[in-house]
Amino acid sequence: MAEMLSGGDMLIRALQDEGVEYIFGYPGGSALHIYDAIFRQQKIEHILVRHEQAATHMADGYARSTGDPGVVLVTSGPGATNAITGIATAYMDSIPMVVISGQVPRDLIGTDAFQETDMVGISRPVVKHSFMVRDAAEIPAVVKKAFHIATTGRPGPVVIDVPKDTTDPSATYAYEYPSEVNLRSYKPAFAGDRTQVNRVVQALLSAKRPVFYVGGGVIQADAEEPLRALVKASRGPVASTLMGLGAYPGSDEQSLGMLGMHGTYEANMAMHEADLILALGARFDDRVTNDPNKFSPKATIVHLDVDPASVDKIISSDIALVGDAQWVLNTFWEAYQEQESLRDDAARQKQQQDMEQWWQQIAQWRSAHGLNHNLEPKKDQSILPQLAVQTLYRVTEGEAFVTSDVGQHQMFAAQYYHFDEPRRWINSGGLGTMGFGLPSAMGVQMGNPDAVVACVTGEGSFMMNMQELSTCLQYGLPIKIINLNNQALGMVKQWQDMQYGGRHSQSTYSDSLPDFKTLAEAFGHVGIRVSDAMELDAAMEEAFSEKYKNRLVFVDVWVDPHEHVYPMAIKGGAMSDMILSKPQEAAS
Amino acid sequence: MRSILAVLLENEAGALSRVVGLFAQRNYNIESLTVAPTEDPTLSRLTLTTSGDENKITQIRKQLDKLVEVVRVVDLCESPHVERELLLIKVSAQGDARQEVKRSADIFRGQIVDVTAQTYTIQLVGPSAKLDAFVKAVEDSGVDATILEVVRTGVSGLGRGDHVLSL
Ligand SMILES: Cc1ncc(C[n+]2csc(CCOP(=O)(O)OP(=O)(O)O)c2C)c(N)n1
Ligand SMILES: [Mg+2]
Repeated sequence: MAEMLSGGDMLIRALQDEGVEYIFGYPGGSALHIYDAIFRQQKIEHILVRHEQAATHMADGYARSTGDPGVVLVTSGPGATNAITGIATAYMDSIPMVVISGQVPRDLIGTDAFQETDMVGISRPVVKHSFMVRDAAEIPAVVKKAFHIATTGRPGPVVIDVPKDTTDPSATYAYEYPSEVNLRSYKPAFAGDRTQVNRVVQALLSAKRPVFYVGGGVIQADAEEPLRALVKASRGPVASTLMGLGAYPGSDEQSLGMLGMHGTYEANMAMHEADLILALGARFDDRVTNDPNKFSPKATIVHLDVDPASVDKIISSDIALVGDAQWVLNTFWEAYQEQESLRDDAARQKQQQDMEQWWQQIAQWRSAHGLNHNLEPKKDQSILPQLAVQTLYRVTEGEAFVTSDVGQHQMFAAQYYHFDEPRRWINSGGLGTMGFGLPSAMGVQMGNPDAVVACVTGEGSFMMNMQELSTCLQYGLPIKIINLNNQALGMVKQWQDMQYGGRHSQSTYSDSLPDFKTLAEAFGHVGIRVSDAMELDAAMEEAFSEKYKNRLVFVDVWVDPHEHVYPMAIKGGAMSDMILSKPQEAAS
Repeated sequence: MRSILAVLLENEAGALSRVVGLFAQRNYNIESLTVAPTEDPTLSRLTLTTSGDENKITQIRKQLDKLVEVVRVVDLCESPHVERELLLIKVSAQGDARQEVKRSADIFRGQIVDVTAQTYTIQLVGPSAKLDAFVKAVEDSGVDATILEVVRTGVSGLGRGDHVLSL
């Protein structure tokens, strides 16, 4: 006999049956039956945030770092609208998430009732799909479908809008959690096309200047192993998108680091000069390609994506591989080994020579304009933000989970912290959401309780969700916040320096910043402030020391406010068109 | 390039708003849109006319296909098809123009479905171009004929011969 449960209890039970560990949320009138159901159970822990936006970013950080979907619960009206930014952030980066929003009772929908908003309507352009519960009995099936849709194919956020009366404790229903879903209208691509894969193998075996252009899709699909095997065997260079960092080890010599607007010189040059580009789980974002008409003029383009709509959207491909990245790359790797073994020595030797030449060329680019990863602190000089990230990298031995916000600090983190494993670099790439860093770090820490979690942020971004310091205390989250404090909206200021004659319109506020050290202390955490380059090492060591293992430490690093992020793509140019330094910027 | 997209859609609340929203959000234009349930009450069928270059049409189809509630999409213009639209037009006509309007309706095989001393209401079915031509003919019927009201249903269509759009 099936158990009889109320709608609210069914909802929570369904989440339990789905294996949910945490709900990130904030209560309110329309969600109170659900909150009562949470109170009467122990399996799922609810994390009480201080703002609903943070709940969505926490769920997002949890999802990005663990691969499991994040779950959010908010009330109707303002609770729901506060969640929108986080839903859009997850949508743009294809992050699996289920957002449950309370709604006014069914008979009040459409009457402009207190705290009524059309959540399904407001969220529609930024969700993979959404449901409105129309009948309490369908709650288990809706939850099942929501998780299925959020986690399969190209993942994304799914909203379930739950009218209050469907969770009313006075009516009960026979509860049964469906064991499977079958949606006739939703059949995401899984297996790719083997003939296409064979064509790609041939292209790779005969390429003189191949580049692996690796995006977040490889990480989403947990496809790093076949990728790494292919890269090693073929000896090709890897240029990673902002979202793909860590799919291939960043400290490996075959890694060219990040590509795109602030990508390394060698990565962007290699993309431009390549004769074969293997775009794997990447989507030719405009921050990567620069002017698509000038994109990689000599290359054969291979595009692997799970979403058919991504293929040929910006850049038309010569060989399209639609399917799950893990399936496709495993098949690719098998076919590669097979066909490679059939080659004669002459062919093998010929390609070896080609690859040697290619690497010589890349080495030249690297030595001419590559990033300097051996920066030294200089006496009586302000701290370079790049040095701060490099120090963080050294002190954490390259093994931290690093979340970030949006701005210069984010680019410095991406450039100077080498990620050797996937899911370690957590940032809002597609939407570029300031305020993402701290709450996402919290989600990462919840999902990885023993890991070292650092949040590289800027004072502007940090202040967009700093209320969550209180949540961190409540749940004892020992995050290390590295605030690259340049006393300005640095990235905005950089653009104004470069494109608006140095007119800093609304991008500075240095007279009114809080003392972040005491701010952190006021929230019950540890605050450290460092402004002398010679003291940076010690400050960072202290933050990550055994003494503070269980404490949140806020390191306020006063960095050089005049620093710009380079390289920087020249607008409207090809990927090879970059500004590399201030003198060059001044001259241009 | 003009394109007539036939879409099978889950007959669920909110499904249509996703289709329309997609067009607004991605800056695709909709020239006409018709929608109604099919013989299978769980499915709606939607016919949508739009235009754009080949890449754009391909993107529109892919983006439509991506919507969870969209079951099938075909572009009817890719193969022989039948396309029909219904027009109702109310014309005020006096004197000689009355005969002239009636003659035009006959030529186009329109039916007069309502009449008063001053007006005709005419119904016409056919491809959109034929409807356009008829409206033009009425306009040109003379000074004593004035179009008072025009309403069109938008295009519906299906493939000729064995082509069937179904589950
Ligand atoms: C919510 C939001 N609003 C505005 C922007 C535009 N924006 C991009 S970077 C930036 C400045 C960020 O300042 P800060 O966090 O201090 O980082 P910095 O660039 O100084 O390192 C702004 C305003 C954004 N990305 N997100
Ligand atoms: Mg700043």
